[in-house]
Amino acid sequence: MIRSFVRSREAILLGALIALVLLVESRFSGFASPGNLAAVFNDTAILIMLALGQMLVILTRCIDLSLASNLALTGMVTAMLNAAVPGLPVVALIALAVTLGVVMGMVNGLLVWKLDIPPIVVTLGTLTIYRGLIFLISDGAWVNSHEMSAAYKALPRAELIGLPVLSWIALAVIAGFAVLVNRSALGRAFLAVGGNPHAAVYTGIDVGRTRFAAFAIAGGLAGLCGYLWVSRYAVAYVDVAGGFELDVVAACVIGGISIAGGLGTVGGAVLGALFLGTIKNALPVAGISPFWQLAISGAAIIIAVAFNARSSAKAGRLILRPESTA
Amino acid sequence: MSLLDPPRSRSLPDRLTGPAARLSRSWEVLLLGIAVLIFVANTQASPYFLDPWNLSDATFNFTEKAMIAFAMALLIIAGEIDLSVAGIIALASTAMGWALQFGLGTPGLVMIGLAVGLACGAVNGALVTRLGLPSIVVTIGTMSLFRGISYIVLGDQAFNGYPDSFAWLGRGYVVWVISFELVLFALFALIYGIVLHRTNFGRHVVTIGNNPTAARFAGIRVERVKMVLFLLTGLMSGIAAVCLTARLGSTRPSIASAWELEVVTMVVLGGVSILGGSGSIPGVVLAALVMGMVTFGLGLLNVPGIVMSIFIGALLIGVIAIPRLVARIRGR
Repeated sequence: MIRSFVRSREAILLGALIALVLLVESRFSGFASPGNLAAVFNDTAILIMLALGQMLVILTRCIDLSLASNLALTGMVTAMLNAAVPGLPVVALIALAVTLGVVMGMVNGLLVWKLDIPPIVVTLGTLTIYRGLIFLISDGAWVNSHEMSAAYKALPRAELIGLPVLSWIALAVIAGFAVLVNRSALGRAFLAVGGNPHAAVYTGIDVGRTRFAAFAIAGGLAGLCGYLWVSRYAVAYVDVAGGFELDVVAACVIGGISIAGGLGTVGGAVLGALFLGTIKNALPVAGISPFWQLAISGAAIIIAVAFNARSSAKAGRLILRPESTA
Repeated sequence: MSLLDPPRSRSLPDRLTGPAARLSRSWEVLLLGIAVLIFVANTQASPYFLDPWNLSDATFNFTEKAMIAFAMALLIIAGEIDLSVAGIIALASTAMGWALQFGLGTPGLVMIGLAVGLACGAVNGALVTRLGLPSIVVTIGTMSLFRGISYIVLGDQAFNGYPDSFAWLGRGYVVWVISFELVLFALFALIYGIVLHRTNFGRHVVTIGNNPTAARFAGIRVERVKMVLFLLTGLMSGIAAVCLTARLGSTRPSIASAWELEVVTMVVLGGVSILGGSGSIPGVVLAALVMGMVTFGLGLLNVPGIVMSIFIGALLIGVIAIPRLVARIRGR
């Protein structure tokens, strides 16, 4: 078991992550201190949760590009509701955020399931629709920190046994996903549907329904993250998390989740997100302009996908020999 | 399906539906109907819409995106996709702005824009065809990489001060209200239409999209064709970068942000199957007109851009969903 772990791509990724942390630490002492690492984890918590949701969708050979728009819309709804009715308990707002997120995920899932529209088309459409709806409900106005109630802003920052609640929520989601993917019938169905949809049908799995479930779960997580994001940064506006959907896909790709479906692990998604999050946090420490970040994540995606393809390359792809050798 | 049924009569008809019936059911005719509807709605909504100069302004909404959409259509028909086109525009525009500081003239600037576009296309093409990587992931990566390089070079700065002769490429008119960009758009529509529908290369593209394995067995050089398509998409993005930079008169790293989504929407709205294997250039031209007129008409009504994007998103899903929904209901 140990031997198989050492050879797995999670181990390679973990090694790369540790090497990255040590590299930064060697030049800027204090980066690898437990306190700073916990801060990096907390900063990456939302990316981790979204990457896990995206992982389920990608496992079933789909993709959800609307997650960041979903996040921004639910975040705006909770912020506006909080500003209008400050007395509403935060738990109710979180429940609303998750429900709203699930509904948006279900819209994606239904279009993919019932009408058989390619997921990239569906979520490209809902990406712009959800984002546009934020403008419609908010009229382009911001919800600022002073308009939010203290309880609304406090929850993700509150400390519990040395870690902020945001980190605990992420840890709980990771644990929940580990059980879901590895120990439940639905979790195995995600892998089966992506691995071989036809075979999945023969084993009695409803492919469409499984995809629908993946979209709904990913949407629910995006909804939860909507509240967490807006309350953590204490501001809601139309462009919250703009372009974040690609960071999420990048985290999955770096985490070794095959875009062709059926291949990926919870650990991979978490490590992929942490890898991106560590780079993001290391740049300012190393005194590199934050403008480098986009190019670095782009290069990381390309290297990761090239590396993944190398390690899982199958022989026999060549159909005809090149003319020179024929 | 009907071919599998035993023939009811002794003779099989040459074609199941007549040309008129087929035309009336075609995607292009549906799009043309939508375009006419939107056009009429626009004339009713605003008294200024029919002014020739106004209509000419409206074309700037789609000409640059549509130029990329033609090449993207071929790429999607062949079963690949390029999400890095807006990143290529940013990088090409940055390169032109950088070269401008060394006193390069208009021809030099254009050459640099096109060369950067081609080079970016070559990077995408090499990663997809040489390393066999999925194009959607590769181009999500290069999208960040190309735009990221622009951010590294420019940060929160901007390049401007382009010469007047360069600005003409984006703002100039050839005759009366016909802009240079509109002429380019029409020219490329014609070229891509001929390439896709009237040449062997076009047939190869469609064949590859339907079945790359069968295409390879039929002797088509699949990888080479795909490489050419990535190069073309890069080149068209470079051309769009020249036009857009000339029109705006400045380069910021956020230039053309989220255009990749609009270009893909245009292609899919034009009836190109996102799964590859089918599509037409007239469809893409009509989709460009529809999208351009929707955004411009709503703009005349003072509808903010972000609300227009709701229409575009709904249009994208709606035009695909409604025919399928109707078919489902009929099938029951």
